[in-house]
Amino acid sequence: MVIVKNLVKKYGSVVASNHLNCRFETGKVTVILGGSGSGKSTLLRQVTGLEKPDSGEVLFDGLDLTRATREQLYEKRKKMGMLFQGAALFNYLTIFENIAFPLREHTQIADNVIKTIVTMKLEMVGLRGTEDLMPSQLSGGMMKRVGLARAIVMDPKIIFYDEPTSGLDPISTGVIDKLIRDLNRKLNITSVVVSHDIESCFRIADRIIILYYGDIIAEGTVEEIRNSTDPRVIQFINGNPEGPIPFTRTDKNYLDEILS
Amino acid sequence: MTEIFNLPAMLGRWTLNRIQIFGRSGIFLCLAIFQGFLRPLRPGRLIKEIEFIGSKSLLIVFVTGLFTGMVLGLQGHHTLTQFGAEALLGSAVALSIIRELGPVLCALMVTGRAGSAMAAEIGIMKITDQFPALEMMAIDPLKYVISPKILAGIISLPLLTAFFNVVGIFGGYLVGVKLLGVNEGAYFGKMVSAVTFTDIFGGVLKSLTFGLVIAWICSFMGYTAQATTEGVSRATTQAVVFSSLAILVMDYILTSLLL
Ligand SMILES: Nc1ncnc2c1ncn2[C@@H]1O[C@H](COP(=O)(O)OP(=O)(O)OP(=O)(O)O)[C@@H](O)[C@H]1O
Ligand SMILES: [Mg+2]
Repeated sequence: MVIVKNLVKKYGSVVASNHLNCRFETGKVTVILGGSGSGKSTLLRQVTGLEKPDSGEVLFDGLDLTRATREQLYEKRKKMGMLFQGAALFNYLTIFENIAFPLREHTQIADNVIKTIVTMKLEMVGLRGTEDLMPSQLSGGMMKRVGLARAIVMDPKIIFYDEPTSGLDPISTGVIDKLIRDLNRKLNITSVVVSHDIESCFRIADRIIILYYGDIIAEGTVEEIRNSTDPRVIQFINGNPEGPIPFTRTDKNYLDEILS
Repeated sequence: MTEIFNLPAMLGRWTLNRIQIFGRSGIFLCLAIFQGFLRPLRPGRLIKEIEFIGSKSLLIVFVTGLFTGMVLGLQGHHTLTQFGAEALLGSAVALSIIRELGPVLCALMVTGRAGSAMAAEIGIMKITDQFPALEMMAIDPLKYVISPKILAGIISLPLLTAFFNVVGIFGGYLVGVKLLGVNEGAYFGKMVSAVTFTDIFGGVLKSLTFGLVIAWICSFMGYTAQATTEGVSRATTQAVVFSSLAILVMDYILTSLLL
């Protein structure tokens, strides 16, 4: 269980997290929705201790990660898996070695067992046969699936996914969605998924959090979000170009700016 | 007008900034070296980096050394015959290579070949989130990526320099003895009597220092590069420029201390 309390993070004048309060419950899939630049990745980086917030707490199984020592943090990290937005594969290692990497670093597992584990994980993401390729030989969507295989190779208790299905074709999206569900249902893995894909979100989520420029504007079950009367939420889940959420970020009048 | 009043402030800010960067790079170096000796040791990583900095630089060091020695043989012979002292060619070639040209030229070639690649590689790891990925696997990126590079730099440079020296002396021999007819016994005899332990020690000390300086500056530049493509290309250029300058300045300082 992860509890976020009063989290604040600013980059210069940009408020990426504005007094956020939320929780990621054990064994549940929580989806963080929000437009581009709304602070989703920033929230993930703080929850995993990769970045220190300006203020606030992140309680991970009772331990405040913002004040934890390096050893404590690393101990917790061994129970976390993370899929980065850009996959973050090691470019100097083959696909096989990328996935085997955490096993080689943290366990004494024999080579033939590692091979079996890696093959199984690659099969789960539908990429068996790519073992000997380098990351640069894969497409963006394939890299992401390899990143997912690497994230689950240590059998973590909680997995953070930063946009697992963006850039994927519909079939791969379906497979990944099902995989996230299965990992959660069968192995009781807590999942935190950052997404802006509404359809896939409704398919996999137990709870949904909607971020809007650093603020949480809605939080609840799929049903609650679907039936929300907040015009911002309605606009977001229907993808309306018109509504309370402006498309541009500046307050300057477009006509004024063009004619000046 | 206001610019003039701002000048002291700007100068102060610039200086403070530099001092801060310098301090940060010092901490970076100390941590990287210290962590390099903590468990787990990962000798495989160190050997990989030595291969990258060391053995892959062998060819370029060979060519540089050979031609440096050949030019020294030619120039030395031309000058020394004017005084009828061409028998001293061996010691002239050996001393200039062992004391100065070996460590310095070798370090400059390694900077161009391996230092730039080091900065670029680290910068690319940074912009593609590979450092946070290591962090998420409970592995310290500084220890995993940087420490072996710095240790490899310190280990490789003296070895490369020794290789350069041998090749350079051989180049001088080719031109001096084989081409211009200096007596072979004199070439090597004078060399053995002229080169002292202090010369060798000075050369080794220089190459150790340069190895550290190259690995330090180039990896620091990559590590602190702005996380954009322009940031990485700027860091690569700066890495080469700064470490080349640092090598020349350090060379002067060490020479003045050793003489
Ligand atoms: N390291 C940083 N330095 C400065 N500003 C940053 C940094 N990281 C994020 N920001 C800013 O914080 C805001 C939130 O960024 P974040 O990456 O969390 O967005 P996001 O919701 O993940 O968007 P996307 O869906 O496009 O990935 C953005 O305005 C961004 O410009
Ligand atoms: Mg993001």
